[in-house]
Amino acid sequence: MSPAVQAKPLRIVLAKVGLDGHDRGVKVVARALRDAGFEVIYTGLRQTPAMVVEAALQEDAQVIGLSLHSGAHMTLFPAVMEELQKRQATDIIVFGGGIVPEEDISELKKQGVAEIFTPGTPLEQIVGWLRKRFPES
Amino acid sequence: MRVKYADPDAWQRAYDAAPKRDDRIETSTISGIPIDPLYTSAATRDLVDELPGQYPYTRGIHPTGYRGRLWTMRQFSGFATAKETNARYKYLLQNGQTGLSVAFDMPTLMGQDSDAPTSRGEIGHCGVAIDSLADMETLLDGIPLDQVTSSMTINSPAAILLAMYLVVAEKQGVSWDRVGGTLQNDILKEYIAQKEYIFPPAPSMRLVIDSIEYCAREVPRWNTVSVSGYHIREAGSTAAQELAFTLADGFAYVDACIERGMQVDDFAPRLSFFFDAHIDFFEEIAKFRAARRIWARHMRERYGAQNPRSWQLRFHTQTAGVSLTAQQPELNIARTAVEALAAVLGGTQSLHTNAMDEVLALPTDRSARIALRTQQMLAYETGTANTIDPLGGSYFMEALTNRMEEEAEAYFKRIEEHGGVIPAIEAGFFQKEIADAAFRYQTELEQRQRVIVGVNDFINEDEEPLQILRISPQAEQEQVERVREVRRKRDAAQHAKAIESLRKAAQSPRENLMPHIVDAVRAYATEGEIMGTMVDVFGLYTEKAII
Repeated sequence: MSPAVQAKPLRIVLAKVGLDGHDRGVKVVARALRDAGFEVIYTGLRQTPAMVVEAALQEDAQVIGLSLHSGAHMTLFPAVMEELQKRQATDIIVFGGGIVPEEDISELKKQGVAEIFTPGTPLEQIVGWLRKRFPES
Repeated sequence: MRVKYADPDAWQRAYDAAPKRDDRIETSTISGIPIDPLYTSAATRDLVDELPGQYPYTRGIHPTGYRGRLWTMRQFSGFATAKETNARYKYLLQNGQTGLSVAFDMPTLMGQDSDAPTSRGEIGHCGVAIDSLADMETLLDGIPLDQVTSSMTINSPAAILLAMYLVVAEKQGVSWDRVGGTLQNDILKEYIAQKEYIFPPAPSMRLVIDSIEYCAREVPRWNTVSVSGYHIREAGSTAAQELAFTLADGFAYVDACIERGMQVDDFAPRLSFFFDAHIDFFEEIAKFRAARRIWARHMRERYGAQNPRSWQLRFHTQTAGVSLTAQQPELNIARTAVEALAAVLGGTQSLHTNAMDEVLALPTDRSARIALRTQQMLAYETGTANTIDPLGGSYFMEALTNRMEEEAEAYFKRIEEHGGVIPAIEAGFFQKEIADAAFRYQTELEQRQRVIVGVNDFINEDEEPLQILRISPQAEQEQVERVREVRRKRDAAQHAKAIESLRKAAQSPRENLMPHIVDAVRAYATEGEIMGTMVDVFGLYTEKAII
């Protein structure tokens, strides 16, 4: 009889990119994901795209969550995607949250961002999305 | 003699026996303060008569309330380049706005120039980009600085932006004793909540105290620090935490000025405050009333201030950005109106009403006008400005005001146990308290113990998207070119000399930095160069990330 396969918890790097210091949302999401059983690594503030990808590789994370409230998402989110390409780490899934208008969301998805959650999103919706995306974890 | 009809016991029996709603919606305030279904004279038995314009100013700092003058309608505004924002200011002034309030973009707030690599994508997005005196000249072009007062929301680089403003006034021929306005300049709440710090706390405090000392001498009508609870609240604190942490910061500035050798009455009258007006109506009004009472008592009894102006807490209010919803955004007009009403009933000196689309982007001309018109409706249609502190004496309001005061005093003790505000920051005390409160509130929403219309109930499935303001990518390119042109055209020798003298001053802790910053600004040194010079001496601060 083989031992029961223990699912490895999903590892998620949450990051604040750019100059924006509004960290209420990312901290609430971090706690909720941790409480849901995921392993959460929060990078803290003012991360460059290169720092975020480096952290994800170091931490062996499958997911990166980006938080941004300053309006620079159309520059910084694609920059993270580019950095993933450069580091040959496109298997890492990227999602984002913050003040992002509807039209920008579809553009970011075209560029490979898996999902964007805007203000007012229930935490269980974010948890549910991750579980659906990673059913084995 | 009046007949006594009230029978409290009978009411209690009737209340207990009657059926109640069973929707499981919280009846505590949004901050979690338990609220009774009814307050009676029992709650105000110890109430001492208080009057507006008299110590301890619970009912307002002016004997005339809004009969003397209305609050200043001061809409926070700034986007793209100085030229575009200047046009918006003229538009708002033409529409009856009575003061300016400058919003800066992220690179400006973080003390870096538009052509710095990390400014990419951030220029002009959440405020106006200001790199040097040249931009400030454009921003204030055609605005008479002896007639219009301005508020500038900036913290780490506050001294530099103040210097730019003063030099523009000088160029307009307006002497500095006629220049009025407010600088946020509240670095402590940056470490606590908004996180736009650059230097470590000690040199940051030095720079704040330098600007207070300088203005006391040179710019007597300038409000040197706007001690801010707004960002603390928006970061997720409760009302009582906002009140307590903000006043504790205020006391920390007073302590630091006294330590510098200043007399309390020489600077305290120019300290002002900035609070949030959140959606829980009565709690907010109680918070404003308690703030005045606490400040007055501490300033008089603890610091021995003699000038009544040192006792009077003056404040600006902004309605709560966090209460706005991306869903059914038109509802934000109603939310903002209720919050603005709380600010007015709480006796605010000036007010910013958020526009309905600020949850999505910076406001359009149309949404900004509706927000301003909301204040004008309150001032002129509703009659709320006619009576001073109309809720004074209300059983409920007085009980809630006392409760706010008690909670704030309890926090002052806990901050004292940490050794004061800066050690408490370094220990992560405020950050943890705020994060806990934010998470508690979010959990209550998730469990539908609280309802946000359009978000977790009363949802519309298909919504028309709002027209929002877009910042063109050209603005970014133009601004980058502009700052490079300033560097090319200025007098290089004058610039180098000013930067060198600033560096030397930064290295000698007794020297006031303000005159050196003013000289550097006159020489068209950029914000990034001035900050960079100080960073060389003071170093950078990073915080330990606490979840």
